[in-house]
Amino acid sequence: MSDLLSIAQSAVQLALKSGATDAECTCSEGEEFSVGVRMREVEKLTQAGSRGVGIRVLVGKRTGSSRTSDLSPEGIQAMVKSALELAAITTEDPFAGLPDPEEFGQLTGDLRLYDPAIEKMDAAWKIQQALRAEEVALAYDPRIENSEGAGFDTYLSARAFANSRGFAGMYRSTTCGLSVVPVAKQDGAMERDYWASSAREASRLESPEEVGRKAAERAIRRLGARKVPTQKVPVIFEPRTARSLLGDIFDAVNGGAIYRHASFLAGKLGEKIASEHLTVIDDATIPGLFGTSPFDDEGCPSRRTVVIEKGVLKSYLLNTYTARKLGLKTTGNASRGLAGAASVGTGNFYIEKGERTEQQLIAGIKQGLYVTELIGASGNTVTGDYSSGAAGIWIENGELTYPVSEITVAGNLKTMLLEMEQPASNLEFRSSLASPSILIREMTVSGQ
Amino acid sequence: MGLSDSFFGSKFGITEHDLQSYLSEALSAGGDYADLYFEYVTNTSIGIDEGIVKSASEAVTLGVGVRVIAGERTGYAYSDDLSPEKIKKAARVAALIAKGPATTLTANLEESQKHNLYPMITTPHEAALDARVDLVKRADAAARAYDKRVFQVQASYADSIREILVATSDGKLTFDRQPMARMSVSVLARDGDGVPQHGYSGGGGRVLLDFFLLEKTPEHFAKEAARQAIVQLDAIDAPAGESTVVLGPGWPGILLHEAVGHGLEADFNRKGVSAFSGRVGQQVASPLCTIVDDGTIGHRRGSINVDDEGTPSQQNVLIENGILRGYLQDKLSSTLMNTQSTGSGRRESYQSIPMPRMTNTYMLAGESDPEEIIKSVSKGIYCATFGGGQVDITSGNFVFQATESYLIENGKLTRPVKGATLIGNGPEALKYVSMVGNDLKLDEGVGTCGKEGQSVPVGVGIPTIKIDKMTVGGTAA
Repeated sequence: MSDLLSIAQSAVQLALKSGATDAECTCSEGEEFSVGVRMREVEKLTQAGSRGVGIRVLVGKRTGSSRTSDLSPEGIQAMVKSALELAAITTEDPFAGLPDPEEFGQLTGDLRLYDPAIEKMDAAWKIQQALRAEEVALAYDPRIENSEGAGFDTYLSARAFANSRGFAGMYRSTTCGLSVVPVAKQDGAMERDYWASSAREASRLESPEEVGRKAAERAIRRLGARKVPTQKVPVIFEPRTARSLLGDIFDAVNGGAIYRHASFLAGKLGEKIASEHLTVIDDATIPGLFGTSPFDDEGCPSRRTVVIEKGVLKSYLLNTYTARKLGLKTTGNASRGLAGAASVGTGNFYIEKGERTEQQLIAGIKQGLYVTELIGASGNTVTGDYSSGAAGIWIENGELTYPVSEITVAGNLKTMLLEMEQPASNLEFRSSLASPSILIREMTVSGQ
Repeated sequence: MGLSDSFFGSKFGITEHDLQSYLSEALSAGGDYADLYFEYVTNTSIGIDEGIVKSASEAVTLGVGVRVIAGERTGYAYSDDLSPEKIKKAARVAALIAKGPATTLTANLEESQKHNLYPMITTPHEAALDARVDLVKRADAAARAYDKRVFQVQASYADSIREILVATSDGKLTFDRQPMARMSVSVLARDGDGVPQHGYSGGGGRVLLDFFLLEKTPEHFAKEAARQAIVQLDAIDAPAGESTVVLGPGWPGILLHEAVGHGLEADFNRKGVSAFSGRVGQQVASPLCTIVDDGTIGHRRGSINVDDEGTPSQQNVLIENGILRGYLQDKLSSTLMNTQSTGSGRRESYQSIPMPRMTNTYMLAGESDPEEIIKSVSKGIYCATFGGGQVDITSGNFVFQATESYLIENGKLTRPVKGATLIGNGPEALKYVSMVGNDLKLDEGVGTCGKEGQSVPVGVGIPTIKIDKMTVGGTAA
């Protein structure tokens, strides 16, 4: 495992010797365990490990990249050679280059990304968790007679990064996850839903009972769904669907879209772009979370960035390249697989919670839609136009009533952000994007 | 070609004895079936952005996956190291799924039949780098030249060669060399200080580099992307609610992929979780609809000589004159359902378990003149181009995103409308197909289908069709 960093460092040295003026190298390994059970039997079991290495070279202002899963000395030589050959066919880009020396660094201290308890989990125990979650879902209601199965996965990984300016860093991380997909049936019509819990630390994982029950509740409450007439109403996105809208906000503050003028938020720094109730933060420093890391994928330290504060756009999310294009400083959001130029990614990107419960949010609505699923969600980052398939529960006189499906919700992200009411208090960090339930004052619901 | 002349035989020295010993190891704890899947992929991609060739990268991926099937159970393990010790270790891990005495291998490996759908001496991946870089430069220039309102262009070109070897415990041995190449162009245009609009076009397949020089040139894709962006500048809000919808020919065939294709994959039907489960022989579409999945069309992106379980691809009739005929089968589902594989067992890579997947899914041509179809609509929308789509196979609800559409008013296309999601229900939506055009067209080769985290290249196609009722997710009530 420690050889990952030395592989990365020696690949960087080889690139310099072979004619690169700068180089950066990522080397990673992972170990996967995945069990799927269905209808009380083990259905599939996968266990394996893999490694990979990728390099990006600069020859002056030209860049080339290459990656391989062949970590032998010959494999790495071939990789370096191909990256240099590719650099020769690219065009000089005045903004290309590694981060400035003062930008490098990494967080110290325990970020709780690695939990040895996950490494020690016994295969039989993991299978039991999946079987139990499915059993709880199947037993929840006689209308649940079938299931697409349940799964338990663990993933152990390590990632090392080194560059020709002296940065070297490595970290290990763990993930475990439990999920179940029950199928409910009534009057010949079927509905499925799921619940999943995943965590970097074993102790944070929800129990099979909780996962099974939540999945079953969600599948059952979709039964008997109908279409509603086309109309404009307030719409609440529960945390799972709000996360998708948050993804659209991320796309719009991504420095890559900003410098290309491909975002409806380009050129809006310092302006009020959302309602005063909306504060959005990116924080890659919170211990134990999915979006946390000691440094980003070009060796800059992780940090906390306020992106939108009480409706005012405070910062874009940037890596070195997009920052240079915009005359700004990186926000430590470089992200990449093994090779290639870094793109922009999130740390823990979240909407700050409000004070009201979700129930209080619902209670204030006379007629409206509570969205539990978005299908083919598509915000257009360039124009802000938004239109997505949806399923959910109709709100009448402040209460959730009957399920609805085969409908769409549409609007424009520009107005949706401005028409956002105070978010609910139910913020939970279940993935690197996290949102409480949010309420948009008016959207178009298309149905009959 | 024998094993010793094959890619894995010559480059890695893999022999029939090796393959048999790995298969024996995989069946060392019993099981009904085992297979080995060797894969070696090299990929090059080149990108231009702001007129600068900013990126060029190459990737090499190799590994072997070992699968053991015991009844309904599948054990899987893989290794990115092709040394005999590592492969045997993977085989032993995959074997953990079975619990019993070893199953004895009886069959000798025999090379099985396959198609020859993409013969080529020199694949695009082996062509000179300069010739490939030139494609993105030409696309950039052509998109900018199309209209002065075009202000951003990103173009990319990617190619790959995927070498595979499949060896099975029932004695089948197959190799295939699967080339692929693809271009795409993305354009932003704007009028003065107005809101920018986006246009996209792309295509390719298992083609020679000549395809981009003679048939679908960089200029073709560039102009199409720029044209779409310019059209969008005048777009008005899309309608909201139920409407008559006319789909143009080609890529709008994604409707079939979402509305019926996924729901007919055998794994979902074997488990009874698809909205189409148990409906073979029933009317699920209008009698005008005949839909096939065909992996045997030469040079298409979705075509395969042989699937990732060693079964040759074939043309499968899914729906014939509106009647559901059959499912897309892989080895596991077909064995459990007492039928044959339809050559639909595909996987993303050696790290993944094969599943029933689509190849090229299309609707056969009908008899209507496309112009007559549009003329027959007094009020509705015409969808010319799509983004992606998605389906919930259990409820059958599916969506697709129309990215270039027009209002139809009194039999004529009038204003362009903004992008909108359309939603329908799989077993119901195609019952409302009332006209099918005589202009079947396949897409240009851009499709990638995702299922359970695995992506595979696919194609779609459709003639112009009229659907009397579908929900359009715009904002103009």
